[in-house]
Amino acid sequence: MSEKVKVTIDGISVEVEPGTTILNAARQIGGDIVPPAMCYYSKLAGSGGKCRTCIVKVSKGSEKDPRPMPKLVASCRTTVMDGMEVQNITSPEVLEARSGVVEMLLINHPLDCPVCDQAGECDLQNLGYEHGLQKTRYEFERRTFERIDIGDKIQLHMNRCILCYRCVFTADQITNKRVHGILNRGDHSEISTYIQTAVDNDFSGNVIDVCPVGALTDKTFRFKNRVWFTKPVDAHRDCPACSGKVTLWYKGENVLRVTARKDIYGEVEEFICNTCRFEKKATADWTLEHPTHISDASVISSNHYETMIPLPVIQENLHLQEANRVELEKTAKL
Amino acid sequence: MGRKLLLEHINVPGIHTLDVYRQKGGYRAVEKALKTLTPDEVVEEVKKSGLRGRGGAGFPTGMKWSFLAKPEGVARYLVCNADESEPGTFKDRYLMTHIPHALIEGMIVASYALGAKTSYIYVRGEMMPQIRILERAIAEAKAAGLLGKNILGSGYDLELYVQPGGGAYICGEETALLESLEGKRGNPRIKPPFPAIAGLYGCPTVVNNVESIAAVVPIINEGADEYMKIGIGRSTGTKLISASGNLVRPGVYEIELGLPVEEFIYSDEYCGGIANGKRLKATVAGGSSVPVLPANLSLKLANGDPRLMSYESLSEGGFATGTMMGSGGFIAFDEDQCIVRNTWNFARFYHHESCGQCSPCREGTGWMEKVLHRLEYGHGKMSDIDLLVDVSKKIEGNTICPLGDAAAWPVASAIRHFRDEFEWHVKEPLKSQETNYGIAMYAEPIAKAVTTE
Repeated sequence: MSEKVKVTIDGISVEVEPGTTILNAARQIGGDIVPPAMCYYSKLAGSGGKCRTCIVKVSKGSEKDPRPMPKLVASCRTTVMDGMEVQNITSPEVLEARSGVVEMLLINHPLDCPVCDQAGECDLQNLGYEHGLQKTRYEFERRTFERIDIGDKIQLHMNRCILCYRCVFTADQITNKRVHGILNRGDHSEISTYIQTAVDNDFSGNVIDVCPVGALTDKTFRFKNRVWFTKPVDAHRDCPACSGKVTLWYKGENVLRVTARKDIYGEVEEFICNTCRFEKKATADWTLEHPTHISDASVISSNHYETMIPLPVIQENLHLQEANRVELEKTAKL
Repeated sequence: MGRKLLLEHINVPGIHTLDVYRQKGGYRAVEKALKTLTPDEVVEEVKKSGLRGRGGAGFPTGMKWSFLAKPEGVARYLVCNADESEPGTFKDRYLMTHIPHALIEGMIVASYALGAKTSYIYVRGEMMPQIRILERAIAEAKAAGLLGKNILGSGYDLELYVQPGGGAYICGEETALLESLEGKRGNPRIKPPFPAIAGLYGCPTVVNNVESIAAVVPIINEGADEYMKIGIGRSTGTKLISASGNLVRPGVYEIELGLPVEEFIYSDEYCGGIANGKRLKATVAGGSSVPVLPANLSLKLANGDPRLMSYESLSEGGFATGTMMGSGGFIAFDEDQCIVRNTWNFARFYHHESCGQCSPCREGTGWMEKVLHRLEYGHGKMSDIDLLVDVSKKIEGNTICPLGDAAAWPVASAIRHFRDEFEWHVKEPLKSQETNYGIAMYAEPIAKAVTTE
């Protein structure tokens, strides 16, 4: 069966391949109606369904069976049916449940953003900004753990972890022998490499990129700088182990860190090896391509080169183009 | 005197041995099913009997069996869920301890109906004696040709294994049970796909409670029509109830569904009333997961009719004035029990047993436990009560498996029906540490039905 199925999300229809999840159908539409996802990662099989931030309401099951689904469903793990109607941001029920989930995610999170390396590119920060309360209702001590070094380049800061299991799937699927899992259960469960066995796999550094929060951080970049003071530049090198396509994060002329390239949903395009990530930190190692596109909603783009380009709507309107002539000329010169 | 189907011969000495069990008519169902019925006829019979799952959800067993996918060349499995760990429920343990062959007989018939060549009994890890009893019983049955190759010359092969559980409440959730059985961490799977399509090792699987499987035996022996005559409405047959709490005679009872709750608590045939001459304050009708009800609503429906022990009557009135049959763990509280403490105790259990996979349950159960602990020990605030209601609402329905709901319902229902007791704990922090709130007006008949929320 390869006929496309039609699904309507927040009133916008799209035709997708059968077997697509609601989340991926929404990503094909794009924009504000894409549910946020903290644990789902399209490159990792079996991920998703855990964080519950992507929950949506299915108000019509399908053309054949129009009954709505009784509960809110995780859009990352629910496949679309022909004629399905989904409500995301148009349903107050969904938004309330989602803010409930965000509150749950934050009650045991240390909220140490001022000293966290992830701040500025943290999914939880963005989510909390959009859906969270201004004040916590949780009046108890938060769970705490000791910091754990996973190998000499990666640090696990379990306090910040939201248990999305992405790194566990990465260890399972990207690297060839798993030394990474979950210990204990409930709110005292923790990510662990059994008795601190160092992950010395060549691709282990990718757990840093897949982590949606600051639980897994790059020790070579630790406390070096805030991400919004650094400038991302796409670059590549001829790497025998991986594709060699990376983003370099510059401060002045120094490369402070190297990460994989990420798409607009914060997912890496291609996983990179540890040599590229941790050892090649000189401009001479790389062929630079161009500045990385950073969404103008991100704090990282706030003080940089990215875009003086007027929005397309202005370019099409001759009257406005004329009014913005000076700015446009400046852009052209740049 | 109600009819007994499962526990009829429970007091016969040596009933746990194959010889005595067969003398009392055991394994007739196996002979009947394997020699005279086709697998589809067995499924049809169970479907017709109206047997509903005895593990908690009450889903019709025959229906569940008929949903099983039957692709060519793929193994099918029957898994018996004997991971009984719900606080207040101990019926399966009783059945397995005293009459293990009833379960094994049911497993053979059910496996035959489903076409399973390998079946598992997943027993809670703490129940080591029961595991040994079952293994001994399986060895006996195998020696007698009731298990293994070519059972009773019918050409049907079945291997039955007992698997000790991993020691977590969550492993009683069917997909977590399958994960645990496969040797992985017992995290519930995200559904769909349901086990009927892809269960154990990715093959179609049916997971049934011990009592559901044992109940197949009388259905085959006596026929679905006979079985249907017992019970009331869509609740057919008999049910094992594990009665605990402040009762004169707590224990496991087999009741005909449709027995009035009042009779169950007070009649001499069953629990014999509340212990020490006290009055009933509240009941939990189906194990710790179901909503708690005050005495007046436990005995009578909102419209004044007597409440019956049946799936429909217990859930009459929704969650506003009703509860659920659950797994049949009947807990009675007398006038000196503290509902806040009990709610905290349940919340502590769910906090401890949450698997930690999805965020609302992982974080919310701990939060509720902490707030309830504060209330119980006299450090609570008035706003805590509404906070609890709000947190429980945010957990309910937003989780992967029903553990989140099970954690939220007791808290929400305790506050719904016993709010004054919670408020008293806030207003009288010192007094609440020394005395009990007592019975207030919970045992009085309600003036008129009030639907809240």
